[in-house]
Amino acid sequence: MEHIRTPKVEQVKLLDRFSNKSVTGTLHLTATHLIFVESNSTSAQEIWILHHHIASVEKLSLTTSGCPLLIQCRNFRLVHFVIPRERDCHDIYSSLLRLLRPVSYDELYAFSYNPKQNDQQREEGWQLIDLAAEFERMGVPCDQWQLTDVNREYKVCKTYPRDLYVPITASKPIIVGSSKFRSKGRFPVLTYFYQEKKAAVCRCSQPLSGFSARCLEDEHMLQAISKANHNSRYIYVMDTRPKLNALANRAAGKGYENEDNYSNIRFQFVGIENIHVMRGSLQKLLEVVGTRSLSMTDYLVGLENSGWLRHIKAIMDAAIFLAKAVTVEGASVLVHCSDGWDRTAQVCALGSLLMDPYYRTIKGFMVLIEKDWISFGHKFADRCDQLNIDPKEVSPIFTQFLECVWQLTEQFPQAFEFSEWFLIQIHEHVHSCQFGNFLGNSQRQREDLQLKERTYSLWAHLLNEKQNYLNPVYSPSFAESHPVLEPSTQAYHFKFWRNMYHQYDRSMHPRQSILKHVLTLKDSNRELEGTVQALKTKLQKFGVRTSPLKPQTPPRERSIAPRPQSLILGAPLLSRKEVQQEEDEEVFGEEAREDAPASTGGERTVEGSSATENGYGEVMGSFGSKNEPGVVTLEFGVARMSC
Amino acid sequence: MELSEHIKTANVEDVTLRRPFHPALRGTLCVTSHHLLFSDGKDEASWQLLILLKNIDAIEKSVEILFGYPRAVGSSGTITIKCKDLLVLQLEIPGMEECLNIASSIEALSSLESVTEMYPFFYRPSHLTLSGPWGLSSMEQYYKQTERLWDRWRISTVNSDYSVCLSYPSAVIVPREVDDDMLIRSARFRQGGRFPVLSYCHHRNGMVIMRSSQPLTGANKKSCKEDELLLRAVIDGSKLGYIIDLRSAQQAQQARMTGGGFESKSCYSDWKRFHRHHERGKVVQESLIKLVEACSDPSHSVDRWLSKLENSKWLSHVHSALCTAGLVVECVERDGHSVLVHGSEGTDNTLLVSSLAQLILDPASRTVTGFLCLLEREWIQAGHPFQQRCAHSAYSHARLKQECPSFLLLLDCVWQVWRQFPLALEFSEALLLRLAQEVYASNYGTFLCNSEQERCAAGVKENTHCLFQSLLRPDIEEQYLNPLYEPTDLVIWPSVHPQSLQLWTGLFLRWTEYAQNMEEAREEVWSIVKEHREQAGPDRTNNMLSTHCDTLTPFENLMDELTIL
Repeated sequence: MEHIRTPKVEQVKLLDRFSNKSVTGTLHLTATHLIFVESNSTSAQEIWILHHHIASVEKLSLTTSGCPLLIQCRNFRLVHFVIPRERDCHDIYSSLLRLLRPVSYDELYAFSYNPKQNDQQREEGWQLIDLAAEFERMGVPCDQWQLTDVNREYKVCKTYPRDLYVPITASKPIIVGSSKFRSKGRFPVLTYFYQEKKAAVCRCSQPLSGFSARCLEDEHMLQAISKANHNSRYIYVMDTRPKLNALANRAAGKGYENEDNYSNIRFQFVGIENIHVMRGSLQKLLEVVGTRSLSMTDYLVGLENSGWLRHIKAIMDAAIFLAKAVTVEGASVLVHCSDGWDRTAQVCALGSLLMDPYYRTIKGFMVLIEKDWISFGHKFADRCDQLNIDPKEVSPIFTQFLECVWQLTEQFPQAFEFSEWFLIQIHEHVHSCQFGNFLGNSQRQREDLQLKERTYSLWAHLLNEKQNYLNPVYSPSFAESHPVLEPSTQAYHFKFWRNMYHQYDRSMHPRQSILKHVLTLKDSNRELEGTVQALKTKLQKFGVRTSPLKPQTPPRERSIAPRPQSLILGAPLLSRKEVQQEEDEEVFGEEAREDAPASTGGERTVEGSSATENGYGEVMGSFGSKNEPGVVTLEFGVARMSC
Repeated sequence: MELSEHIKTANVEDVTLRRPFHPALRGTLCVTSHHLLFSDGKDEASWQLLILLKNIDAIEKSVEILFGYPRAVGSSGTITIKCKDLLVLQLEIPGMEECLNIASSIEALSSLESVTEMYPFFYRPSHLTLSGPWGLSSMEQYYKQTERLWDRWRISTVNSDYSVCLSYPSAVIVPREVDDDMLIRSARFRQGGRFPVLSYCHHRNGMVIMRSSQPLTGANKKSCKEDELLLRAVIDGSKLGYIIDLRSAQQAQQARMTGGGFESKSCYSDWKRFHRHHERGKVVQESLIKLVEACSDPSHSVDRWLSKLENSKWLSHVHSALCTAGLVVECVERDGHSVLVHGSEGTDNTLLVSSLAQLILDPASRTVTGFLCLLEREWIQAGHPFQQRCAHSAYSHARLKQECPSFLLLLDCVWQVWRQFPLALEFSEALLLRLAQEVYASNYGTFLCNSEQERCAAGVKENTHCLFQSLLRPDIEEQYLNPLYEPTDLVIWPSVHPQSLQLWTGLFLRWTEYAQNMEEAREEVWSIVKEHREQAGPDRTNNMLSTHCDTLTPFENLMDELTIL
């Protein structure tokens, strides 16, 4: 709190990003949030921005109306305030600068966040995902694969989890030897086991081969993996880097496997670019789509030049290659990149998702993230900039993974139990530092931070709200008929994910959502079914026990339960009382406020839009002489429909 | 020449048919005057494939001659047929001569020029009769139904013999205070005689959308008092109207050199003019060709795809059409003034913008009937030259003449609106797809000819069936309904950010696997909605109770006894 000099500034203007619209309100600065409350009493929108979500704050040069403050968030929200007095602006600016650079983990929101659960509930939350059970589900340990305790004390590899699965024939000396030959000690271990063909997906980091170095133990290790699979005489080694990068690494004493030294391997480069390229690419993408009055040509050219979708496709291609090798050829695959925690995580996770319908369910997807990302040491703290240590370490690797999954949900609308809102919500919390799951860079560090004792688990929170993340057209029978997804890699399948990158730009979104509507219908179907059931039981009661029947009250005339109108689609809108929990949910403008009574009245609002924010032409400025009365916008801005 | 004289080989056996999503089939191919038929012979009655020859846009043949065999035995040919609905299929035909014969028959019969030889004049299904009125509504009926017009507007039959304007219908709606003489003079001042007529009157404020063609001001700035008076009568005392000129200011200036022009500020002082550049004619047709080419690009490179998509400019056309329609809606609804829309000829982009604006403004045009009426009024009756514009589609190698996919562009724009407001339209994507197909090749007479006048001359109304009428038959209509439809009275402002617009995959990627997955998902949505309707029908509680009533009665009796006790 000592960093906050000005906790409240009035008469602050919030400018809309894509139009000339603005609203006036009060800006509050708290220890955890920056809050903007619109002053218009009838339609007061509130914007809550968690400090951890803020990527950058920029003070622009003074204008006649005040001092502009531009805040860019990691969840792709961009807010533009104009603060009347320069001093206030400076105070807010410098407080934010300090607040968004926590110096230690203890300052992160997760350690102060309290969802009013007792210790037992918290523990239960952490126990929801059990990786040992997950490996059991895959059929491991088995006659070829065993659990090794070599890393129990994190002695062999600091960034791996304690429990690791290796081939039966890989003895401890082989493991230790192999780990010394691998960057950061990340030796080959099992991450997914395809039971049907007994084929394994293993992961590791690059070998320290330099130009000619060899390591017998490492060669044995690969041999052991190969031998564990009787279906195939060879294993694939996928180096997910472009060949040039791998070659360059040789000069630094690292590199890739020489096919001559390893028996029965098939070596393959995949060509996913490194974290720096990805960071730059996203930056370019955001610049393009953030442009005002963007033309279609500039949009498409910008999309192409950013290379973003090309990178997404590269990851997808790699995952498809992996899935094919395992499911069609029945071969085991060893995946690595440089350190084996970025591209390797993307490819292994996405590949497993293609192979195993379980990972396409809500619970399964959590397990997948827990396994391939959290436990195997994807450096969330660095990549998501939790402590502002090194901007060069920041990169949207996990975002790309989520986007790949989204691209799949677009191709296979019935294959996933969750909707895109689930992915977006996870993305939100990877950056929010509100829950303990993603803090730190490795399991070891998480244990040191005692996260399980001091913070809460996101998974429990998400499972609680499961209803909001369901995909209404999910079909388990689709999973049965398509256990392995075979996505098309035709370029036109790779689309810009508007709901992620324009999550907060209301005017971009479809005004009406099929997803939300169908979810509501499903809810109401369930309820009606419930009523029928209740009636049936009552009837049965008559049959058995002749208790007097209460006067048959016809079931309450129910209109479809309104789905709360929040960000987009089926997003949950938390109750006002749970402000603590309501992490930084934005309630949208007039519409949302209008909606508040509606959500109890059984009436649903459809986001209409005012013409202004659509910008059909700059010409409208020339209507200038005619002042647009506020009421008019409101009236046209809200399209009301009752169910 | 009789049509059948084009057919040199009518039947070929042992033909292999390849098409997307189906295993290759072997069977008999047959060419008739209007159709290409394929049957695998298993079931005499059912054809595996029945294609209107008019649907065929391009045909490519490749002949393989195997040396060392006698000509007739060892040669075979492959015909690739590219349809106007973007379907591509291949036929392997044994025998080179047969192959070439079939190909040349198809070529000749698919490009018939004479309207009365076309299939709609021969299509006689048993369930339809030719008697009864043709079409959904006439201008007179529209006027009669629209009470808000009666006060200030009238029906004029000045064009009853099509002498004033060849491309207008016989009746048009014009301001009450303007007499037919003035209309004739105004028509002489507008290209093709397309004087300003009413297109839509907004139910909320009585403001109107008018459309016309460009004024013929020419290089020496001619003016026409009657035209000015006509427009003044449109705004009737209010001091402002907007003219949306669908050309850039520069193009409008240039048009004066060729006798066209624009409404100058000095003559039309009450009107404020905006220029919006819209591509037309050949450019748009080429966009379609490039887009379809891009969609069938076998390379899997994202960069290449995006660059081709951009290069086709198709989405840019969609974007500008929606932008301008939005502008018109803004003028009418938000600003409360009347609008005149025109480009040069007033038969393409003008109709595109005016009909889109109506869809956005008017809830009545968002129902199936309303939408089809809108198309009938604003495209068929208003004289969009369908025959010229849709002579060829994306695959044709023929030199472009007057082709332009304006109507396809409209359907795409409507699809974009539907995507943003999936609950607001009563019809579904299926209707748009059906129309996209029918406009190029149809059993029905609706899209024949270029204007009412031509349709009259060819006897279309007497000798063909009307597509719209048949679409509205209850059993047919059902498949085009949007399960999620919930009427809304409000204006549905579409977002026109490039990020909000998408490629219409349903049309352009229709023959890919992707479309199939989407189809399944859609069916799932349907079933959820149906389940909901069953459970939550209007009298759901009654239903629920009544279904249990039978079982309930004995217990009720029992209960009555109990309560007495």
